[in-house]
Amino acid sequence: MTDTTHKAAEKTATGAAPAVPVPAPAARKHRVWRGVTPWLFLLAPLALLVTFTYAPIANMVAYSLTDWDGVSPELHYTGVGNYEEIFTRPELFEVFWVSGYYLAASALQIVAALYFATILSFNIRFRNFFKGVLFFPYLINGVAIGFVFLYFFQDGGTLDSVLSLFGVTTDHAWLGTPVSANTSLAGVSMWRYLGLNFVLFLGAIQSIPGELYEAAELDGANRWHQFRYIIAPGIKPVLTLTVILSISGSLSAFEIPYIMTGGATGTETFVIQTVNLAFRFNKTGLASAAAVVLLLIILLVTWVQRRLVPDDKVDLV
Amino acid sequence: MNRRTVLALAVGAALLIPGCTGTGGSTKGADAKAADDPSKVSGTIKVLTVRTDLVQDGTMKKYAAEFNKTYPKVKVEFEALTNYEAEVKIRMNTENYGDVLLIPAVIKKADYPKFFASLGTQAERGKKYRFTDFTTVNGKVYGQSPVGVMPGFVYNKRVWKEAGITEWPTTPAEFLESLKAIKSRTDAIPYYTNFSAGWTLTSWTYVDGAVHCDPQATTKLAEGDPWAKGADLRVGDTLLHDIVKSGLIEKDPTTSNWEESKPRTAKGEIATQWLGTWAIVQFQDAAKKAGANPDDIGFMPFPSQTNGKFCATVAPDYNQAVNVHSKHKEAARAWIDWFTDKSSYVEDNLAISPLKDAPMPEVLKPYEEAGVELIEVDDAKGAEVKQIDNTSEVGIYAPEYRQNLVDLARGARKGSLDDFLADLSERWTDAQKTAGS
Repeated sequence: MTDTTHKAAEKTATGAAPAVPVPAPAARKHRVWRGVTPWLFLLAPLALLVTFTYAPIANMVAYSLTDWDGVSPELHYTGVGNYEEIFTRPELFEVFWVSGYYLAASALQIVAALYFATILSFNIRFRNFFKGVLFFPYLINGVAIGFVFLYFFQDGGTLDSVLSLFGVTTDHAWLGTPVSANTSLAGVSMWRYLGLNFVLFLGAIQSIPGELYEAAELDGANRWHQFRYIIAPGIKPVLTLTVILSISGSLSAFEIPYIMTGGATGTETFVIQTVNLAFRFNKTGLASAAAVVLLLIILLVTWVQRRLVPDDKVDLV
Repeated sequence: MNRRTVLALAVGAALLIPGCTGTGGSTKGADAKAADDPSKVSGTIKVLTVRTDLVQDGTMKKYAAEFNKTYPKVKVEFEALTNYEAEVKIRMNTENYGDVLLIPAVIKKADYPKFFASLGTQAERGKKYRFTDFTTVNGKVYGQSPVGVMPGFVYNKRVWKEAGITEWPTTPAEFLESLKAIKSRTDAIPYYTNFSAGWTLTSWTYVDGAVHCDPQATTKLAEGDPWAKGADLRVGDTLLHDIVKSGLIEKDPTTSNWEESKPRTAKGEIATQWLGTWAIVQFQDAAKKAGANPDDIGFMPFPSQTNGKFCATVAPDYNQAVNVHSKHKEAARAWIDWFTDKSSYVEDNLAISPLKDAPMPEVLKPYEEAGVELIEVDDAKGAEVKQIDNTSEVGIYAPEYRQNLVDLARGARKGSLDDFLADLSERWTDAQKTAGS
């Protein structure tokens, strides 16, 4: 298409050349500007991207090859020494078991978000209010959430009082044992990020043309059929994206456990471990290497997932 | 290789080069000399501090106003940092980290001359001040702590008396018995771990030296095994373990609350906490606010006697130092000298003065009466201990290992105390072999 138009344009240009003289330098200048303009627009975002994403990553990779302690003016190149250390210390990877709790919570979270998004995409009363309620936790600062939930899980705190309203009196220390603590923390994470998933799903669902539902209803499809045959296939790309985000989020869970327990009682995640290496034991080089390893693991998981679930085009009609 | 990859590689490579050489100290070995004439010292200095509370309630401003009576031309500004260690560490990669600052624990002692200006020789300062060896590099002193602190148990005298205990326990076993008596005879929580805050558990490391009255305790950490039978840290950690195991602590340590623990101790809901002299004033304030009697707050040494005497170690708090890049080193030095020698900071905090000839604070009267021996632990090997600590990732100055110890004792973690301490020993002594090289 473009090719033929281009040729046609050329033909008219050469044909019309003697009649309408076009100064050649102007055309080149014009063409140069045409080439440069998009880059001019991209200048600001690219500068930001390089400064705040690629430069730190490049620095991190550079530090991962040194024995830097984070502050000393002296640092020595150690080659792949840090990576060797990481892979010869299996206990550094044990913390990934904790991610299992967050993975399980993300699965629940996706189901819940999908459920709410589907319901609220239909015309029901107070739907905007409920949308707000569901999205609200995502807007709160993670640190504040951490502190609020510390009170929530306290002995005789909010959770215990609410349970006692229903006649359930537990004497349970919610953050007391590894299993219970991790479940509680994963629950908080789920509460916090539900809103984001919900909004993504809702946006995708609302981009499905309304006539499809009408047509389906005429054909006698109930709500479940509509979900099964219209909504689910319609939002598949967003669903895949959410799953990828959830998995990488679970592997790199940080702020909620860091603020609430500081990694105590078996709630240490890989990122907390990395932060401790860097800031408690001043092994910035080793911690950078650990961060690079985490990045590679996440990239690998994403790649495997993309291979398993290829991103085919949505075709509802 | 497409164009995008080439571009990414080029950008990456260009960034790697400055990344490797970005940090480099240029100034080295500057001195911050004391001024001869206070009225001539001038300049605006920025003082970094951890005392957020004192900056907010204007106490620091009052000190500055007092300081200006002697040094009228110096303007003092304060900057309080809540997360001091982490924030200052990052700022110290630049030249802009205030004029006066507290030396962060992360800075290696050998690097002091690169970051701070010297305050004088140890030979000369040591005559007047305590703790000079903590910041001495090659005979020059780089920092001065405005107060000395002493670890010990902050306790509620009334509760202990109600439980029928009038004498300080003299052995860990006796201490444990006393806590049990408190549990059975009063409503108070015998011991509060403050597990959640973390640093409160870290302070158990400062039993070191007090257990065996040994000024060479730090050297022993560097050269020996801190968890060998009878070693100071083993005695302390075993006591903490036993306290937790006997159920003498708060019901749910994981949601403990430091700020709340102050008024609760003052009111007698909590009987004991292992902290330091610096905490006394805060607990007394909490008592006043809660309508309790501030005189109920008592302070006792670690339950261990050597030759029939209790021992307590006196150590410096954060050391104040002058930024080597400061443009007003004289003014900065003037602030440190004034704050250490002339300000009322020591009295206000019921702390131990860094001046050798100053009297002991009033709250330590019982210590004098009981003949508690105060020792200053020799810090010549302090830098090595930190190095071993980092290499081994044990973290005697970090909360994790004691949080694990408490978890172990209350059954939230599998294993036995002996195995736990043996593991620490092994990591520590292994690190000793490599850290020296």
